[in-house]
Amino acid sequence: MAEDKKTKPEPGDLSIPPEGAKMIPIYIMGSEYLVPETLTVMKAVEYAGYRYIRGCGCRGGICGACATFYRFVGDYKLKAGLACQTVIGPGMIITQLPFFPSNRPDYNLDKIEGDLHGELRRLYPEVFKCIGCGTCTRTCPMDIDVMDYIALMKRGDLKGAAVKSFDCVMCGLCASRCPAQISQFTAAMFVRRLVGKYILPRAGHLEKRVSEVKSGRYENMFKKLKGMKTEDLKKLYVKREREPDLSEPGVWMPEDKEHL
Amino acid sequence: MSGYTPELKELIKKVEATRGKRVEKAKRGEHFPALTMDERERWLKKYHPDYKSEGRRKVSVGPNKGEVLPEEVSVLLESKSMLNPGNIDLGKVDFSTDVLIIGGGGAGTAAALTAEMEGQSVIVSTKLRHGDSNTVMAEGGIQCASQEGDSPYFHYLDVIGGGHFTNDPSLVSALANDAPVVISWLEELGVMFDKLPDGRMKVRHGGGTSRKRMHSAGDMTGAEIMRVLKDEVRNRSEKIKVLEFSPAVELLTDKTGKVSGAVLHNLETKEYYIVKAKATIIATGGFGRLHIQGFPTTNHYGATADGIVMAYRAGASLVDMGSTQYHPTGAVYPEQNVGLLITEKVRGLGAHILNIEGEEFCFPLEPRDVESSCIIRECGEAGKGITTPTGRVGTWLDSPMIDILHGNGTVRKELPAKYIQFKRYNIDISREPMLVYPTLHYQNGGLKIDGEARTDVEGLFASGEVSGGVHGRNRLMGNSLLDVLVFGKRAGKSASDYVKSLSHETVPTLDHIKRFHREIEKAGIENPVTGPMLLPDYTPEHVRKRQWG
Repeated sequence: MAEDKKTKPEPGDLSIPPEGAKMIPIYIMGSEYLVPETLTVMKAVEYAGYRYIRGCGCRGGICGACATFYRFVGDYKLKAGLACQTVIGPGMIITQLPFFPSNRPDYNLDKIEGDLHGELRRLYPEVFKCIGCGTCTRTCPMDIDVMDYIALMKRGDLKGAAVKSFDCVMCGLCASRCPAQISQFTAAMFVRRLVGKYILPRAGHLEKRVSEVKSGRYENMFKKLKGMKTEDLKKLYVKREREPDLSEPGVWMPEDKEHL
Repeated sequence: MSGYTPELKELIKKVEATRGKRVEKAKRGEHFPALTMDERERWLKKYHPDYKSEGRRKVSVGPNKGEVLPEEVSVLLESKSMLNPGNIDLGKVDFSTDVLIIGGGGAGTAAALTAEMEGQSVIVSTKLRHGDSNTVMAEGGIQCASQEGDSPYFHYLDVIGGGHFTNDPSLVSALANDAPVVISWLEELGVMFDKLPDGRMKVRHGGGTSRKRMHSAGDMTGAEIMRVLKDEVRNRSEKIKVLEFSPAVELLTDKTGKVSGAVLHNLETKEYYIVKAKATIIATGGFGRLHIQGFPTTNHYGATADGIVMAYRAGASLVDMGSTQYHPTGAVYPEQNVGLLITEKVRGLGAHILNIEGEEFCFPLEPRDVESSCIIRECGEAGKGITTPTGRVGTWLDSPMIDILHGNGTVRKELPAKYIQFKRYNIDISREPMLVYPTLHYQNGGLKIDGEARTDVEGLFASGEVSGGVHGRNRLMGNSLLDVLVFGKRAGKSASDYVKSLSHETVPTLDHIKRFHREIEKAGIENPVTGPMLLPDYTPEHVRKRQWG
């Protein structure tokens, strides 16, 4: 069974290569290094001795800092991924793309209300010049059908485009390969905010709660709680009623209605 | 094809064998009994890493002198400056601003937008890109008592009970009270929250919540919030200047000790910049990358406690700095995903935590420190953990229950990022469980602040993970995203009010560094390290050995 040494966590984030891991050649910006197989590109680059300033962020596949292009020796196909999420292979030739110039016009979200699709056309005319090559979709490390959300934007289905682009980490790989010079990810950011503000229905219950807060409704309740001895507070805490897991939002009501 | 080894696949059969009965129980609303308050305390003391004596020692200088803190923290608090105060001409000011914000994550960005609305000029100094922060990694959601059966009163109770009643009550009430205002602000800015067709927010439970109040945007709630806030800052670039890859390395103080700006360091050109500011907000986040007690971390690359180090030298005191949050469910398999956060939402959606026999051994939604203690106990003393091929140990997180409980496709829809991150390694988490173990997740303590985000040094404000007291010694899920926004906004407002109240300009000095260096010397600290750390160093031994000279 698990012995103590196994429950002791290893230092930091250094990878532990499995026993007998094979050393394989990779090419970091053309220079050859031997690294243990199964590492991610990011950990392999660090294993080789590089220390990141750019090109490294969350190390968990969500921030888009470590966009990477790679090929394998002898294969013409260009591939793309996130360095922190892509596993290396023998003969992998790697370069990261820590920054890529994008087009992002300013706008005032509060002053758009009217024709949302028209505003997209005004700010991002290039979106409507998509030639449908699909390179963006093939390049996306998040498996987003980028070309399809661009098509939805062209058609005026902004909600569809927002939902389809939602997993975007804004790494910029799509824009770097686009022959029509579109910055897909910035246009999608704009569309998602339009949808969040103008197309998704507002939460009425939230608005009501905000006005209750602003009217000072909870101030006396807080005063009471803050003035309590820890022992009494503990009793209140233990007595709390727990909303059932499978209840629909806003339906269940507690016995204690005095503090709502 | 599965990404699991044949040995692990055999063990998964035990999980599958108990699943039917467990799902039936869950459908009836029955769950594994939660620990009593007494049991919680006993288990924490026995199994939580905060209560180990090894790896901790007294810090010997500064406002918290004599307090026992993790070794990694004490070393940095006793570090010397990168700057030699005698060599710097502070008369040559590179930037002047009303409000300087150090840190470009959720708290700093919320502060920037608020200060700008208050009519202030703003500079945001950030070590990596704008938005690179733990905020983007917050997955499961943000708490807010928005539903009719809930209220800020119950939110307060959950927060302070979850923190074992060690929280600062005035910070807890600010957090619970402002939550609806903050969520409504985000809605106004175009954040795409998960909603029902009529606009009602979808909500879920988190560990330690009495009401379903976790609001989400897919399983990338923090990333969605951060990208929207960052986008809005770009619309306001006339008043908000963002300096990327230029972290602050030292605060500036005037002759009375008031903070009056900072020295920034361009990581690429190695130049230093002097920024004179009427008010300064520290929002540099937490200390995950210090790898307290050797734990892997879920934190982003820049989480190295820089703000703590700088503010401490300027005289700001710390609260609960010895308290670290280990998230119960960090991935331990495959090796490529080690440290990766598995959001609490997985358990919020009903997934059980199981041992090697496929048996439940704890209520899956205990407060985080309690849940972690349960897992550490099961893998250690109870000896019922699962060992991975690289020698790590963990328990099962039975994600396939989710589709059975809520319908096919729920995992893919509600946990898209997690689904992709495992699919890359041929593990379909809607059909196979994940292997998890606690991972270093959050700095519970930090700079002491009041309800208006003021530190105890004049002119210096702090918000977000860098500050302490809000969550006491344990934070509940969904309250950190809320914290960065509530106190980010409060800091922005408070700093703006302070700027408006100032009658004359101050002259920046580095006198506090001279004093601090003398204190280090007097304390007899030999060869202090240089701080702040700025970036972690993962150079492996075989390379280090060859870096001669």
